[in-house]
Amino acid sequence: MNKFKESSFKILTYTASLFTIILLFGIIGSLFYGGLPIFKIVSIKDFLFNTDWHPTSDPPDFGILSLIIGSFLVTVGALIISIPLGLGSAIYISEIASARMREILKPIIELLAGIPSIVYGLFGVAFLSPFLIKIFNIPNGLNLFSASVILGIMVVPIISSMSEDALSTVPKNLREASLALGANKWETIMRVVLPAARSGVLTSIILGFGRAVGETMVVLMVAGGAAQIPKGIFQPIRPMPAAIAAEMGETVIGSQHFHALFGIAIVLFLITIITNLLTEFVFQSKREIK
Amino acid sequence: MKKIILLLTLLALITVPALAKKGNKIIVAGSTTVLPIAQATAEVFMDDNPEINISVRGGGSSVGIASVMAGTSDIGSASRHAKTKELATAREKGINIYENIIANDGIAVIINPENNIDNLTMEQLKDVFTGKIQNWKEIGGSNRPIVVVSRDVSSGTYEVFNKLVLKGSRNKTDALMLASNNTVSTIVSNTPGAIGYVGLGYITDKVKALKINNVEPSKKTVQSNEYQISRTLNMYTKGKPKGLVKQYIDFILSPEGQKIVEEQGFISAK
Repeated sequence: MNKFKESSFKILTYTASLFTIILLFGIIGSLFYGGLPIFKIVSIKDFLFNTDWHPTSDPPDFGILSLIIGSFLVTVGALIISIPLGLGSAIYISEIASARMREILKPIIELLAGIPSIVYGLFGVAFLSPFLIKIFNIPNGLNLFSASVILGIMVVPIISSMSEDALSTVPKNLREASLALGANKWETIMRVVLPAARSGVLTSIILGFGRAVGETMVVLMVAGGAAQIPKGIFQPIRPMPAAIAAEMGETVIGSQHFHALFGIAIVLFLITIITNLLTEFVFQSKREIK
Repeated sequence: MKKIILLLTLLALITVPALAKKGNKIIVAGSTTVLPIAQATAEVFMDDNPEINISVRGGGSSVGIASVMAGTSDIGSASRHAKTKELATAREKGINIYENIIANDGIAVIINPENNIDNLTMEQLKDVFTGKIQNWKEIGGSNRPIVVVSRDVSSGTYEVFNKLVLKGSRNKTDALMLASNNTVSTIVSNTPGAIGYVGLGYITDKVKALKINNVEPSKKTVQSNEYQISRTLNMYTKGKPKGLVKQYIDFILSPEGQKIVEEQGFISAK
């Protein structure tokens, strides 16, 4: 009887994992099924490197370069904001703060991760945008900069909590050895602890990148939605997820526009797959060091 | 028991298509703008008259008018008037296509209340949205860059505005493209240099609706066709509507039907 229990449990968990994989391949399959027909209408080269995105004009233009660049810039902008904030708070929590301070700070920063993205979006539209117009005296508050700021805030908890984990797994004797050799706390953190934890920190940054590049609601609401290559940081942009979200609901299923949106989804999917593989790779190299 | 159920099912299978064949069916095809009105009114109409079946299809205004002429639909809906070319084809075939205006559609141009501009001509409005006019001072306002706020390319409001104001030209490339009437309204209300457009039902007191060619946007001016960024939504029939089709169109034009029209964000026909 016990044996039966054990084997049935095995089968159950096996089916669960198999089912998850089938789902994944189903999604990938439907993505390509929906997206590939667009390349009968425009060549892959034109699709990826043409900057004109006018999907509902007559004749339509399906060039997504400005969307790719928009996604890339907003993600880089988000990382510029979130890396110093996330890494800084990780170092403080793991290396400097007292045990009590740590108990308070950690959950508060992680709370940021629990805020729904629509709330961030509303915050951007209703408060950040008019605020930026006032302090920078710019005409428009929905732009590359404001979307980067909000995405950056969203990515902070990912970088902070994962880096903090990495930092705290650095063995204590490394720190003690460094301090014993006469290095001060700052030198110990910068020269010993951070390098020892670098693969964990790098992983957190790559995951943060993946989160920012795929985030939809915020860029839909705050980035401004103009399909152009921006000439400055206060210019509106249209990242890929925003284009898909804004247009999918109104397109006719099976139309060229519909396939083009799936084409964008393929590009986005490939970017996130590559990021995930990169994380795996970094983790792998970490194991080898040990 | 099982046999009885089987028998009843079979009976139902045979009789339902037979009933439908009796000609209690209305086919509506055409404009995707009219689609929500047709769908919502058809649902209520079918609830009131369970023996009548209305099937509503999209396809676009041209498809709607062509399908009435070809006889593949009973009602062809269109968000524009029939073109002279279409009327000529109809005459050649000896068909009289009859226009039933079922609703009005209007778009208000809104700016920030701080802005002192009250009126724009259609020409100025086009130049603002295409980027020919970049600063409010060029049209008598204060020295402030214009922030153009448009609806997203797949929205019906964008389509109408694009057709009636831009006449097919494109928005300037750095125009904001926003996903809903409410977001446009919010952004215009907190961006001093902004100009945007929303369906007539979405004007709030936090934004200022502009006069276009000196005509204020309102239900009245849209219905009288004085306000230029408006259009009628039409249902075309072969000759004057009669029978079931007349019953259905009369229902849309009844107070109950027109209430549904307004619920869908449009303006009643009369």
